[in-house]
Amino acid sequence: MSNKSKLIGLAVVAILLAVAFIFIDLGNNWDYALPRRLKKVYAIILTGGVIAFSTLVFQTITNNRILTPSIIGLDSLYLLIQTFLIFVFGSMNSLVTNENVNFLISVGLMVMFAGLLYKMLFRGDGQNIYFLLLVGIIFGTFFGSITEFMQVLIDPNEFMVVQDRMFASFNNVKTDLLLIATIAVILVALYSVKLIKYLDVLSLGKDQAVNLGVDYDYVVKRLLVVIAILVSISTALVGPITFLGLLVANVAHQFLNTYRHSYLIIGSVFISIIALVGGQLIVERVFTFDTTLSVIVNFVGGVYFIYLLLKESKSW
Amino acid sequence: MKLIYLVISFIVLAITSLFIGVQNISPLDLFQLTEEQIHVLLVSRVPRLLSIILAGVGMSICGLIMQQLTRNKFVSPTTAGTEDSARFGILVSMMLFSGAGQFVRVLVAFFFALLGSFIFMKLLDKVKYKDAIFIPLVGMMFGSIVGSITTFFAYKEDLIQNMSSWLQGNFSMMIQGRYELLYISIPLIVIAYLFANKFTIAGMGEEFAVNLGLNHKQIMNIGLMIVALITAIVVLTVGMIPFLGLIIPNIVTMYRGDHLQKSLSHTALLGAVFVLACDILGRVVIYPYEVPIGLTVGVIGSGIFLYMIMRRKAYE
Repeated sequence: MSNKSKLIGLAVVAILLAVAFIFIDLGNNWDYALPRRLKKVYAIILTGGVIAFSTLVFQTITNNRILTPSIIGLDSLYLLIQTFLIFVFGSMNSLVTNENVNFLISVGLMVMFAGLLYKMLFRGDGQNIYFLLLVGIIFGTFFGSITEFMQVLIDPNEFMVVQDRMFASFNNVKTDLLLIATIAVILVALYSVKLIKYLDVLSLGKDQAVNLGVDYDYVVKRLLVVIAILVSISTALVGPITFLGLLVANVAHQFLNTYRHSYLIIGSVFISIIALVGGQLIVERVFTFDTTLSVIVNFVGGVYFIYLLLKESKSW
Repeated sequence: MKLIYLVISFIVLAITSLFIGVQNISPLDLFQLTEEQIHVLLVSRVPRLLSIILAGVGMSICGLIMQQLTRNKFVSPTTAGTEDSARFGILVSMMLFSGAGQFVRVLVAFFFALLGSFIFMKLLDKVKYKDAIFIPLVGMMFGSIVGSITTFFAYKEDLIQNMSSWLQGNFSMMIQGRYELLYISIPLIVIAYLFANKFTIAGMGEEFAVNLGLNHKQIMNIGLMIVALITAIVVLTVGMIPFLGLIIPNIVTMYRGDHLQKSLSHTALLGAVFVLACDILGRVVIYPYEVPIGLTVGVIGSGIFLYMIMRRKAYE
């Protein structure tokens, strides 16, 4: 099967799942249920696409398929922000309940953190990208320690609010937030269009890319900024889904078996949508909301990842 | 730095630790203690001191052994997923054998920690890019994946706040009857002493070690078992103490060099001194309340770790 037909197949599956999700058990209250479900599907497509794209680009830049951009501490920072706001101001404060304000604060702080991190580490020459990641992940543990401390002290009723924020959920995404996020994503996408063409060359590694005339530092720095913004938006919009990107990028690589990013990006976006819509269907119909989508995705992603590492004979 | 300085600061800190607390006991009272003061000393202060020392020594030695076995300065129970695996094991024992005593929990946690260490070692074999910075990155990724699996089950059982409350390192709960498990680590530390030279040789690679007449596999297994068992005990009784096993051996290496047998006693003492100091700091900083050790060490430890990798980068 050629890659083109594989992509078409993926698109068909994604659309079928989305249609199934919208119309199964729709009941009689169409004008109530339909807009809500459409909104949910749209939120899933938006975040799924964003996460798939940013992970794929990230893995190409780092030349490694076992990393995901969420590990540079953005997830932990998001949790820290949410826990801190609830801990200090209480769950009824407008900083917590007003989704718009909360969204802006979260995205702002996360982008600022990523910016500072990049700035600190890209000052000199010869920067090692793994070094950046390690520093990020240490900050992640650092944020995690503080978050955990506050979570222990917090009132159990308030903790339920924190716990809701700990896991990504597509159930209550606000319409105006979707609008802001969509605009932001479109702007970032327009900006990154001119960088995408370098990705195939970047995947050859730094030395080859430089030899072939790519301004490596320029391109990589800009791509990293794009990734940070995208991850921040998706995290602030629905919550952290750390291992979704890992799952879909690897499945895309395995399924499509190509190095061309034009195929890989589109394919991974479809796979991401399939995973999220399918997962949401399972959460709602099989588990009857007993668990959350992000917990399942992280679980499946994590297990699949360990399987990949141990099973495949090639080294990373 | 001479060993004697470490010994002196250890003694001073240990005595200080005994006499800090809400119940006022001054060293001058020592010869005319009231019944209540004796009670406080025996039930709370002395167990606390002992558990601090045992946990500090144990985790530092664990880190040192892991670093020798993997020949990587940045590997430790925190950066190899061992702590997260032990945590997962504790959750499993909470779910499956909810009525069982501490001993069963330790066994289950030990089993999982050992499994996690073996998976990590297997990952190391597969990683082609054996960069000193990349390895801990893989380890921490692995740890957070195990963490997400833990979350999956904890969420279903509604144990998340419960888990974080008693798995964040905390010495305030260390009273008579709750810390005795830590005594198991004493014979393990002795074994580590006896095997010190062999760990160093095993770390030089399988071929080299076998050439020198060493049963490589056996030594590796012994080392990993010691690490897994100590980690499981400490996580179960005290909780997670991030980065402890990483920074202490590295500080000692900076001034003592790499000879394991020579640096072991320094590592053990410095570990105890460091945890004692952090614990005293946590107890006085918001007196009469206290900051848990997991947070103090998490904050100070991530700062020191960051400094260490930055410093290492400066040498490149």
